[in-house]
Amino acid sequence: MLAKLRIKNTALAAAVGIFAILFIAGSVMYPNFLSLRVLLNLLINNAYMIVLAGGVCFTILTGGIDLSIGAVVAMTSMIAASLLRSGMNAYLVIAICLLTGVVFGTVQGLLIQYFGLHPWIVTLAGMFFARGACYLISVEAIPIKNQAFYNISQFKLYLGPGRFISLNVIVALVFLALCLYLAKFTKFGRTTYALGGNRQSALLMGLPVARTKILVYTFSGFSATLSGLMFTLYTLSGYGLNANGAEMDAIAACVIGGVSLYGGIGSLFGPFIGVLVAGVIRTMVDFQGTLSSWWTKIFVGTLMLFCIVLQAVIVEREKARKADAQQKKRKKKEPAPAELAEAKS
Amino acid sequence: MNQVKQKLKGFMQHKEAWAVIGILIVLLFNVFFSPKFFQISFNNGHLYGSIIDVLNRGSSLVIVSLGMCLVIATRGVDISVGSVSAVGAMVAVFLLKSAGMAAAPAILCGLLAGLACGVWNGFLVAKLNIQPMIATLILMTVGRGIAQIISGGQILTINSKAYAFLGRGYVFGIPFPTIIMILVTLGVWLLTRKTSLGTSIEAVGINETSARYAGISTTQILWIVYIICGLLAALSGMIESANVSSADGNNNGLLLELDAILAVVLGGTSMDGGKFYLAGTVIGALFIQTLTTTIYTFGVPAETIMVVKALVVIFVVLLSTDRVKNAFAKLTERKKAGVENAG
Amino acid sequence: MRETPTVKKGDVVLSMRHIAKYFPGVKALDDVQLDLRAGEVHALMGENGAGKSTLIKVMTGVYERTSGTVTLHGQDINPKTPQEAQDLGISTVYQEVNLCPNLSVAENVYIGRQPMRFGQIDWHRMNADAVKLLESLDIHVDVTKTLDSYSVSVQQMIAIARAVDMSAGVLILDEPTSSLDSNEVAQLFAIIRHLRDQNMAILFVTHFMDQVYAISDRITVLRNGRYIGEYLAKDLPELDLVTKMIGQKFVDANTQAHRPSKDYSTVRFVRMEDISKRGLVHDFSMAVRAGEVLGLAGLLGSGRTEVAELLFGVTHFDDGVIYVGNDEVKRMNPRKALADQLGYCSEDRKVSGIVGDLSIRENIMLSLQAKKGLRRIPLKKQQEVAQKYIDLLDIKTPSMEKKIGDLSGGNQQKVLLARWLATDPKLLILDEPTRGIDINTKREIENLIVKLSRQGMAIIFISSEYEEMVRTCDRIIVLRDRHAVGELTDNQISQDNIMKVIAGGVAQ
Repeated sequence: MLAKLRIKNTALAAAVGIFAILFIAGSVMYPNFLSLRVLLNLLINNAYMIVLAGGVCFTILTGGIDLSIGAVVAMTSMIAASLLRSGMNAYLVIAICLLTGVVFGTVQGLLIQYFGLHPWIVTLAGMFFARGACYLISVEAIPIKNQAFYNISQFKLYLGPGRFISLNVIVALVFLALCLYLAKFTKFGRTTYALGGNRQSALLMGLPVARTKILVYTFSGFSATLSGLMFTLYTLSGYGLNANGAEMDAIAACVIGGVSLYGGIGSLFGPFIGVLVAGVIRTMVDFQGTLSSWWTKIFVGTLMLFCIVLQAVIVEREKARKADAQQKKRKKKEPAPAELAEAKS
Repeated sequence: MNQVKQKLKGFMQHKEAWAVIGILIVLLFNVFFSPKFFQISFNNGHLYGSIIDVLNRGSSLVIVSLGMCLVIATRGVDISVGSVSAVGAMVAVFLLKSAGMAAAPAILCGLLAGLACGVWNGFLVAKLNIQPMIATLILMTVGRGIAQIISGGQILTINSKAYAFLGRGYVFGIPFPTIIMILVTLGVWLLTRKTSLGTSIEAVGINETSARYAGISTTQILWIVYIICGLLAALSGMIESANVSSADGNNNGLLLELDAILAVVLGGTSMDGGKFYLAGTVIGALFIQTLTTTIYTFGVPAETIMVVKALVVIFVVLLSTDRVKNAFAKLTERKKAGVENAG
Repeated sequence: MRETPTVKKGDVVLSMRHIAKYFPGVKALDDVQLDLRAGEVHALMGENGAGKSTLIKVMTGVYERTSGTVTLHGQDINPKTPQEAQDLGISTVYQEVNLCPNLSVAENVYIGRQPMRFGQIDWHRMNADAVKLLESLDIHVDVTKTLDSYSVSVQQMIAIARAVDMSAGVLILDEPTSSLDSNEVAQLFAIIRHLRDQNMAILFVTHFMDQVYAISDRITVLRNGRYIGEYLAKDLPELDLVTKMIGQKFVDANTQAHRPSKDYSTVRFVRMEDISKRGLVHDFSMAVRAGEVLGLAGLLGSGRTEVAELLFGVTHFDDGVIYVGNDEVKRMNPRKALADQLGYCSEDRKVSGIVGDLSIRENIMLSLQAKKGLRRIPLKKQQEVAQKYIDLLDIKTPSMEKKIGDLSGGNQQKVLLARWLATDPKLLILDEPTRGIDINTKREIENLIVKLSRQGMAIIFISSEYEEMVRTCDRIIVLRDRHAVGELTDNQISQDNIMKVIAGGVAQ
């Protein structure tokens, strides 16, 4: 299994490297930075984002996009909070929320696939719809006081004295494993890559293009609501402005993790690393203390720029390498006159 | 009768048709349910009324959509317009407030900030060949951060009458933003349709390689459209901020990029680039504004407008797809057949 | 390989009878028949618009036929999608490689039907199976590498391997050799012969005459959507085949001597001296004079197109000097080339030639307008220019406002020629201007080249069809492996000599 997880993707390797460098830099610059607690907090604070980015990654791999995910997170928090307020069973609420996401994503997928609409437009409308739906439920924030829900949110898995991870982290890690498995070992995952590589080819090769294209949006919708539930567990309230711009953070995580927005290229490990990189930057800004939190945005943006340029350079270099290799190959296989004559005759 | 049908058919072939129909439907709705919508009054030398309000409030969206339209025509997209509008507004307001600058130079500096943003986006897209969505994603994220850092995280409010005129002024009874909108529309139209720029933009959007081989400087064209887009985004941001005499790095131009993209697409320009429709874009933007104003008139909570927008957009875009068109065609054929059989 | 009904060599496997396909207003196919036999390579020949691709699309379920019958192993079939045809055992390999560049070789062969184990993809077995299959076809590659690490020819072979593995005996090759050089074609043919010997029924479509005779046993000719006949390849001389395809007595072009002795000026208009570009061209020098047709011959990838692209500034040279007139050019780009009165009809019409959604007029005006800058050429003037070239080049279109994308390949090519002629170039570079277009248009373009050069234009002509170059060029530089390896002038110019120089011999 470990061998299967080896990093083939240069851009992903770079992202892992950046994470390591940032973490080491943080450890050198700030006392107390290098600790299990910081690392665990990184996971706890970003668990919902790991799920969000993993879900949207599938749509990006097909060459599409899902802009609705941030709004779906907010919508989920509103639905959960309002249902809980009305006294519904917490587990039933969770099930209803997840179902909403599945339906929401599937409808988007159907619109994209069957009517040939642009994913940008459909999920943009989806974003408006979901945000608007929040305000239809309530313009104000709704606090959550349900005991069962509270208990779930307080679940802690202790790894040592005072060192724990929340349920969210466990869900996120299981979700990550699920994504990696889906991408590598199922027909759905491979068709996703094929779609992003060359849609026309995928059709002609007889792959279930339509089904897969819809399913990636279903999955994205599902993971957005899952992420929304995690977010709600984290904040214990529902609010229409929750996770504002989260879709862009999730997409940025994919990009930093080496997933190509053209589709077809990238590992599901990428968004995870991307989220951690952004998270470590935020932690460093916090540790610094005097910087406004807006610097996080600027740093993440700059890093994104750096990654994008780096990726562009790598792609160009790969191209050049291939051209060289081909040239060498050609030289070796210089056609003998006899062969040539045969081909022509 | 047949002639009408022919004309109708001809009309429907225009890419702008759906945006026009959209506006007409909303207006028709108002005819029945809110006739007041069409009242225009003249008070204190100013025109008032819902229609005027649409033209006034919609002007900043029209302006930014025109820039977006050119970018989309090159098969690109500029998702940083919201942030850029915030940056432009913040620069102008900051200079007015903290540097004590006069309104005109401050506005000029705001435009320069937009220009700089456009140059940056153009550099990434045209020179470094980065996909437009990713390239502009950078400024989208960073832009608001920059605006916040300029203001120190505050909402800046100012008291400049001259600056406020940009957003609230009237000339000959017509709201000043509307006049700017008309001038900008005219300017963009002249710039693209009365020079070779428009065809070059379309050529780049349809087939960039071919355009380059034909001797068109694709780099230059891409750079030009992103610069225009940045400038117009900053202008629209300043109009908005002048209207409320403040600048808010967090919320100025929030979701503006999405509204602008919607306006362009509703106006008939494809996200896949190529042929672009300025009139369609203007109508598309005004449609969005008409819808907003109508909903306000009915006293529906302002935030719910997003749901309506989403549904209308999906509906209108669906109507223009081949699948739905074909279904309609079949339906009318069947009807015809039915009539013939009956006759 | 899949279970196939046992067939003997020569048995009819797939039979199409009285096939008709009507589109609104057009009879694309009218009473066409075709028989594919086991153990035979069958060539489907016809000019553009003859109905070849329509017939293939009917066979593979892309189109539904209007009438007629298709039987496979004696059973009526009516596939509605390529997938259904595939399931019936009819596999197709297309001109453009239809695989996914981002997936591994093994995956490209097996995707959609990967071996599963415990409900998950068995990568180990898939890779092993892929190695076995490819080895059996004499293709030796690392199956775990991504497809785009291999050349187009290898990709094409992998596409065939995929098709063969899924096929029940019918393999359709739709212009698989268009982007391969001779060496690669030879490799591909080896595989096709191998499959033929395993009693596959193979349909082969190509534009290259010599390839038809090199590989096929039987030929079916279509013309204007009608069936002309089926012939044994060995009984049908090439000239007869061409006659049947174009439907008129064909004057052998070799007898039309286009090349009178010309007195072109001695002024060299463009010179390239020791031009190098890493990995593309090495130390290439040449000069072309006004009124001269200079040919660049060589195999695909020999550097012929690369030289043209360097000269026009599409790519940039690392070393050397280009002189236009007397001016030294350090860094060329298409805009500068245009200003210097150079023109370049590129190799790939679709990718780097036409702007599909723009009208014929706009396409013709594109370069002239780019030359003029921002100031728009008045519409009336545009119409005049466009009409002039539509008449001059006999571009067949109802209106100059029609989208260029709707024109046939030959007419698109003419529009591109018009685009450059409109800029009044002193040097026109034509890279494969006759590829994939019908014979009549080819002739017209050849004649035009000769005519333009007589009027004093310098022309650089690149083509992979050497007889075309022999007919039109005054001088031919032969490239091999990114170097110029020989120059043919006057009576040295012959197809034989070009081949010899390319193969490393010396011209006589």
